[in-house]
Amino acid sequence: MAKMHLELRVNKKEVEALAEPRLLLIHLLREQLGITGPHIGCDTSHCGACTVDMNGKSVKSCTVFAVQAQGADIITIEGLVDGDGSLHPLQEAFREHHGLQCGFCTPGMITRAYRLLQENPNPSETEIRHGIAGNLCRCTGYLTIVRAIRAAAERMNGAGEAAE
Amino acid sequence: MIPAPFAYHRPRSLDETLGLLAQLGEDARVVAGGHSLIPMMKLRLARPEHLVDLQDLEQLRGIRTEPDAVIIGAMTTQHELIGSELLAARCPIIRETALQIADPQVRYCGTLGGNVANGDPGNDMPAVMLALDASYCLKRRDGEREVAAREFYRGVYSTALQSDEILVSISIPMSAEGQGYAYEKQKRKVGDYATAAAAVMLKMSGGVCASAAIALTNVGETPLFAKDAGDAVLGTGVDNAAVSEAVRCARAIANPTADGHGSVEFRTHIAGVMVRRALMRAKERAV
Repeated sequence: MAKMHLELRVNKKEVEALAEPRLLLIHLLREQLGITGPHIGCDTSHCGACTVDMNGKSVKSCTVFAVQAQGADIITIEGLVDGDGSLHPLQEAFREHHGLQCGFCTPGMITRAYRLLQENPNPSETEIRHGIAGNLCRCTGYLTIVRAIRAAAERMNGAGEAAE
Repeated sequence: MIPAPFAYHRPRSLDETLGLLAQLGEDARVVAGGHSLIPMMKLRLARPEHLVDLQDLEQLRGIRTEPDAVIIGAMTTQHELIGSELLAARCPIIRETALQIADPQVRYCGTLGGNVANGDPGNDMPAVMLALDASYCLKRRDGEREVAAREFYRGVYSTALQSDEILVSISIPMSAEGQGYAYEKQKRKVGDYATAAAAVMLKMSGGVCASAAIALTNVGETPLFAKDAGDAVLGTGVDNAAVSEAVRCARAIANPTADGHGSVEFRTHIAGVMVRRALMRAKERAV
């Protein structure tokens, strides 16, 4: 099948690519664009390791065709780092609170948590647990992940107040 | 997993979409949220030659009221259903159900239209639509028709929808407003398909059941409208004896397969438990 010409925005940069319609977004990101933060875990839309932010929504990039992202605005874990290279508050909090062990689920987990906090800047523990229900972690038992997201929310809210 | 090759179409309008479907016939499939179809394509259980992406059809999105119905566009996502104040006020069983479907990422993409039109007996919204007595507006290039949800489902992945038609909207009669409601779903883990689930809409008047509609998810080749179970509580106080009779009637029509969710006996049993819980909760809410 003929390749299609794609133009999209990934981590605030305009990118172009040629893709067969059957190419999945995760393969475009990882193999053509070299953005290997999002991982392929289950490849069956369950585990959430491939989660990226697309047009303001968390999506599992193993279940979206690259051609469907024509014109889309995509953020991956690489795009959460600040321009000066300093970590996002979520990344800092995952490090401080041991929100990861093997780290395989972490890019998807943090990218999902990023959107969760955009929609609900002050989530309860229950809301966090429901909010990350689409991301599986086989190491931590989630306790430290929930703590890290909670801590990041507090830090981000504090920073917002300080700026006012 | 790499799907079989296909040609991709992204029409800009409903007319363009219907023209494509008329022209491509059975070689084409429409994709809404894609979270049923794309996994099937990755497994090569679905191999459409043409994929028609509906994402740009804004006219298929949104929720609005008419004098006697709430109309929900087929491309409205589960996430949007959950966030709708209009639905929370006028048809809250939809929010209750949407929250029990899959996980947040899937709900951002997954649509009501895809959920009800796909014909997968594991999908949750079809039983809710049977209980609500909803109807589906189907369009083709040269016309449109309205099909009652209760007449729509034929078998596993088999519905009244023809290959040149798409579901454009779902109409929910306003008689549902103010009724007691519940969607009870037994699942093995968050995001799973139901072992069995039950949708109940219940109207109480002076302590007596004035109407009852019960439907079951994932215990047959289609969602099941449990007419006898509803009739069993009609005219009663929805007391223990009437509920037990409804449970018996529901189990009598349940016909699940044995799979990872459990044996036939277990899933049939759970279907009854879900009916009991849903009736009790709907009754509390109806008063």
